[in-house]
Amino acid sequence: MKAERVVRGCFALSLAASVGLSLVYLAGGSRAWEGVLLAAALGGIAVGFILWATRLIDAPDNVEERREQKPGEGLGLISEVLEQSVTGVSRRKVLAGLASGAAASLGAALAIPSLSLGPQPGRSLFRTLWVPGIPAVDSEGGRVRPEDVPLSGIITVFPQGSEGAGDSQAVLLRVAPDLLSLPEARASWAPQGCLAYSKICTHAGCPVGLYRAQARELLCPCHQSTFDVLTGAVPVSGPAVRPLPQLPLAVDEDGYLVAQGDFSGPVGPSFWNVTQ
Amino acid sequence: MIRYVESRLGLDSWGRRALRKVFPDHWSFLIGEIALFCFIILVATGTFLTLFYRPDAAVVTYEGPYEPLRGQEVSAAFDSVMRLSFEVRAGLVMRQIHHWAALVFVASTVVHMCRVFFTGAFRRPRELNWIVGFTMLMLALGLGFTGYSLPDDLLSGTGLRIGYSALISIPFAGPYIASLAFGGEFPTENVISRLFVLHVMLLPGLTIALLGAHLAILWRQKHTQYRGPGRSESNVVGKGLWPYQALLSLGVMALTAAVLALMGGLVQINPIWLYGPFDATTVSAPSQPDWYMGWLDGATRLFPPWEPTVFGVTIPSMFLPAVLLPGLFFTVVALWPFIERRLTNDAAEHHLLDSPRDEPGRTALGVAGLLFFTVLTLAGGNDLIALTLDIQVESMTRFFRLAMFVVPPVGGALAYRICRQLRDSREHPLGRGSGVVLRRTEQGGFEEVPRS
Repeated sequence: MKAERVVRGCFALSLAASVGLSLVYLAGGSRAWEGVLLAAALGGIAVGFILWATRLIDAPDNVEERREQKPGEGLGLISEVLEQSVTGVSRRKVLAGLASGAAASLGAALAIPSLSLGPQPGRSLFRTLWVPGIPAVDSEGGRVRPEDVPLSGIITVFPQGSEGAGDSQAVLLRVAPDLLSLPEARASWAPQGCLAYSKICTHAGCPVGLYRAQARELLCPCHQSTFDVLTGAVPVSGPAVRPLPQLPLAVDEDGYLVAQGDFSGPVGPSFWNVTQ
Repeated sequence: MIRYVESRLGLDSWGRRALRKVFPDHWSFLIGEIALFCFIILVATGTFLTLFYRPDAAVVTYEGPYEPLRGQEVSAAFDSVMRLSFEVRAGLVMRQIHHWAALVFVASTVVHMCRVFFTGAFRRPRELNWIVGFTMLMLALGLGFTGYSLPDDLLSGTGLRIGYSALISIPFAGPYIASLAFGGEFPTENVISRLFVLHVMLLPGLTIALLGAHLAILWRQKHTQYRGPGRSESNVVGKGLWPYQALLSLGVMALTAAVLALMGGLVQINPIWLYGPFDATTVSAPSQPDWYMGWLDGATRLFPPWEPTVFGVTIPSMFLPAVLLPGLFFTVVALWPFIERRLTNDAAEHHLLDSPRDEPGRTALGVAGLLFFTVLTLAGGNDLIALTLDIQVESMTRFFRLAMFVVPPVGGALAYRICRQLRDSREHPLGRGSGVVLRRTEQGGFEEVPRS
């Protein structure tokens, strides 16, 4: 019979592929050959079994009758057994209530240690590591002078001693000072046109890593929120709502950039009491 | 062997019945099996990966054979995945099969659920198994998300960060939940080991338990079947488990594994060495999640910049698209058997399946839902589409905002009309059959009767 010969051939092919697979492995391995030979070994078995089932077997249709599942039937039999638990009890509801109360409070008591999983957020979401007078440094810890800041690019800066700190990262960039139209209260925050904004997007928290220097816009690659750096990183398109918090900058007596204090608001994505 | 087992367990009559158990023969019943086989492959390949993976955020210097990253500071987790990919023999092919199997696992689960939905297989008495299956889909998404994050590369770090932002956006409880889940403010050091225990123990354990329940309920309730001669609500017609169904299923399992092995061997997936290690201050552009998360990313991109503060309580702009929308959508999906029962007042038992056209309303709703999902998924790639077509991203976003509201109702209405026409004309869309079937008469002859 022809189909049977094909099935035999499939299994033989699979066998050969498995031997080949072992040889490839022993010879040092190769991702592509491992995949192909494994696929051939499995594929031979697959086609073999499928042809065996569909071509070699002459299986007639079976017919099975379903049980009639009448609603409620059998319930009496079960409850008869279940009732045995309360045959000697006079106040069933009290007993059942207390038992479930005990179980529930035990469950709650055992669930409470899950509070150890993390600290209370407290005010930590409102603060970063920037404090008045702390130098702004790059990821290598190097201090930055205003004239080091490129006009067409961005540098990521951190408070000195916390290089890489997730919540304190800021983008530092420079524009010609006469282009700026920051809110009046921030007039002194941008010495020589140097601007620092939180690098964490106020939408979903991705690093706002792209700078369109000609449009003077910061762009978040995750959901395409864009922020106008000249007006205080106000969102101009995309889903972000809050401006990127600004870091007030100053220049110390050695000519290096330092922070005047913490960001102008909570950094990162919004939460329910972000405005409080 | 059989005698040995039989003489100790005494299974002869049960065993005989089990071997003859009826499986109706239809290709669409194999989709759920493919999901099961993917899960088996995931457990097998995943076990191999676990032997080499280190769930550790400690900083080490990469010193492996991949030149561009040598000397860089990476986490021990990332380092172990690099070693698995470049130094462990057969490691990369296992990793790639695992990732492809995960994508196909979620896909086949979703397609299986669509089959159950469009054929009405979820109706009484199978509502329970719908809930069990739905829970397994949720677990599958959790498994996918946690597994995606384990290599601690730049792309998965971005996914985690967005997950953190979604958690923190929940009114009142958000900051607490996020802090408990991540062990502090993102990024934290302990998240990798937490994801690991979820990914290799809790979630797969629950999935295995529910899988057992899913199959036990299926076995107990017997299969549904499509309409056909000799098939009724009170019987089930098909081939026996042995030999036909067992051999066929084995074949399909091997076929699933073969296709995944081929993809794992030849089609690169998640090349973490190109993304580089996670770094809280950088992000790769464009950044895309695995396919089943794309719709949430799309919803987040399309949602307008709107963040109202009412009585001092801010509703973050992430909350509606990334928490409330999937929450509502999944609630409706989970409760659909009960919702439909309310709508149709049909509390009867159903063992015969509908053809999608038999219930135009349900089919239209399903089509609209799938289109909604599709539009959002495409919107999740709006930057890529904009780049390819050389259009501004903002225009793509406006287009998708419109499409989100227009495409699903139009598609649903179209599906409704097509179903009505097919139902009235009684013709199979693929042109098979003439609308009549032959039936044996009591005298031994044959007669033609209209297809029921």
